[in-house]
Amino acid sequence: MHINLFAMIDAQKIRKDFPILSREVNGKPLVYLDNAATSQTPQQVIDVIVDYYQNYNANIHRGVHALSQEATDKYEQARIKIQKHFNADKAHEIIFTSGTTHSINIVANGFSSFLKKGDEILVSAMEHHSNIVPWQMLCQRTGAVLKVIPMNQEGELLMDSYQELLTEKTKLVFCNHISNALGTINPIEEIIEEAHQVGAAVLIDGAQAAPHIVGDMQKLDVDFYTVSAHKVCGPTGVGMLYGKEEWLNKLPPYQGGGEMIAEVTFEKTTYADLPHKFEAGTPNICGGIAFGAAIDYMNAIGFDAIASYEHELLEYATEKLLQIEGLKIYGTAKEKTSVISFNIEGLHPYDIGSILDKLGVAVRTGHHCAQPIMDFYNIPGTVRASFCFYNTKEEVDILAEGVKRAKNMLL
Amino acid sequence: MQIQEIQNAIVEEFSMFDDWMQRYEYMIDLGKSLPLIDEQYKTDDNIIKGCQSKVWVHAELEGDKLIFTADSDAIITKGIIAILIRAFSNQKPADIIEADTAFIDEIGLKEHLSPTRANGLVSMIKQLKLYAVAYQTQLN
Ligand SMILES: Cc1ncc(COP(=O)(O)O)c(C=O)c1O
Repeated sequence: MHINLFAMIDAQKIRKDFPILSREVNGKPLVYLDNAATSQTPQQVIDVIVDYYQNYNANIHRGVHALSQEATDKYEQARIKIQKHFNADKAHEIIFTSGTTHSINIVANGFSSFLKKGDEILVSAMEHHSNIVPWQMLCQRTGAVLKVIPMNQEGELLMDSYQELLTEKTKLVFCNHISNALGTINPIEEIIEEAHQVGAAVLIDGAQAAPHIVGDMQKLDVDFYTVSAHKVCGPTGVGMLYGKEEWLNKLPPYQGGGEMIAEVTFEKTTYADLPHKFEAGTPNICGGIAFGAAIDYMNAIGFDAIASYEHELLEYATEKLLQIEGLKIYGTAKEKTSVISFNIEGLHPYDIGSILDKLGVAVRTGHHCAQPIMDFYNIPGTVRASFCFYNTKEEVDILAEGVKRAKNMLL
Repeated sequence: MQIQEIQNAIVEEFSMFDDWMQRYEYMIDLGKSLPLIDEQYKTDDNIIKGCQSKVWVHAELEGDKLIFTADSDAIITKGIIAILIRAFSNQKPADIIEADTAFIDEIGLKEHLSPTRANGLVSMIKQLKLYAVAYQTQLN
């Protein structure tokens, strides 16, 4: 039996869950197409946030009183939800962080103690700045060398070059699961497997993947994986670092503070067990609980349905936009998600974005924190429209009309 | 004309526009028509790093007045630059230092001059004033 998953998403009904989607911008209905930067938050998640502050706000893991216990339980339940969702073996392999950037820095900092001069770190050519800078800093501290896995014009990694770069000197490989600027879905299974053959650890930045694909930690056999809640319908300022237990045990803590210690004297401190070793200080308790609620929300809609709906939106939008003369799409990988980065010949992305904004259409313009990609294509930046399961074909039409209008005004 | 008078004139011109479309069309025309800077000054040294559009500024003293030329790779930014230059160029450094930029708000282009908008214009104004300060000390 053939099931049409596109029909399984009732976008009009889903949109009602998102209060922000009914607001106006510049006198026009908001068309929100900047989902790759931050997704919107459904009422179900907002309710959880409000409920936390109205009913059981308290510090966790410390109090003997009822509120503290309730908050601790909810926080730990959220951790388990996230563990189940990403199929991690153990709940304490999920570390709550402030987001992907924080997660990456925990690993980069920790690796300082494992690396020596001449060791190599590989990163892909399509990384977000948050993925490049911590490794450069790590290399400066340790004398390790950063090497780049190149990509082709379509925005696909050159796997042959990757294999050549992998040697016994390689200690760490870094790659995003999905590129935020191009939408490319990288072949991470292969990347992980081949890195492991030379004994290198792998960190996959799942910030862009989590809204579209469920990464299965055990099946991927990945060493570290990162997610930001604000890209999966959750709140800002919270995310996760998944790490294999053996790695997290080896890795030194990143920040010192309360919650991460077992015993403290002025001579010596012993660290708490996982996950607390990496969760110094009072965490974003409400955020963690709401992150769990966001994962529930997305699962209730269903990732298979989401993927096929977004794929159809992507194809529709690609076709519509390519009808505009002079429009070029950057990132045409065979495997890609609902992100379209484009430019119009002779026009600056900032100008196009400014006019779209006046028309109520929210897109991102600029280098998308991925300057090396822009240098690769020799462009100052792109206009990026990124679609979520609550976007509609009508909104794609508004985008395409807006781009045409901008083009007529600007050329 | 004094900076304030020029700004008033610009505000008056813009008040004739009914909507953002007309304002933008005007700005885009300005952006397209003006040669704003001599190519030799479009150097990396003169670049103001705004996140998205590049902005170049060059300053030269003529008598007791400061002449600005500038450019950008984005047209709307260039249109705003044209307006800023009209207001600030060919003025005495002391007056430039004192001048405010509230008129940009009044002509409905506030969002482009928001300090959080990464287009280089805020840094450009800062740079204009820095030049004025530098030349003022030279004049003293
Ligand atoms: C691929 C990728 N990595 C990392 C980040 C940074 O995430 P955060 O700002 O939530 O730390 C982003 C967000 O834009 C991203 O798209």
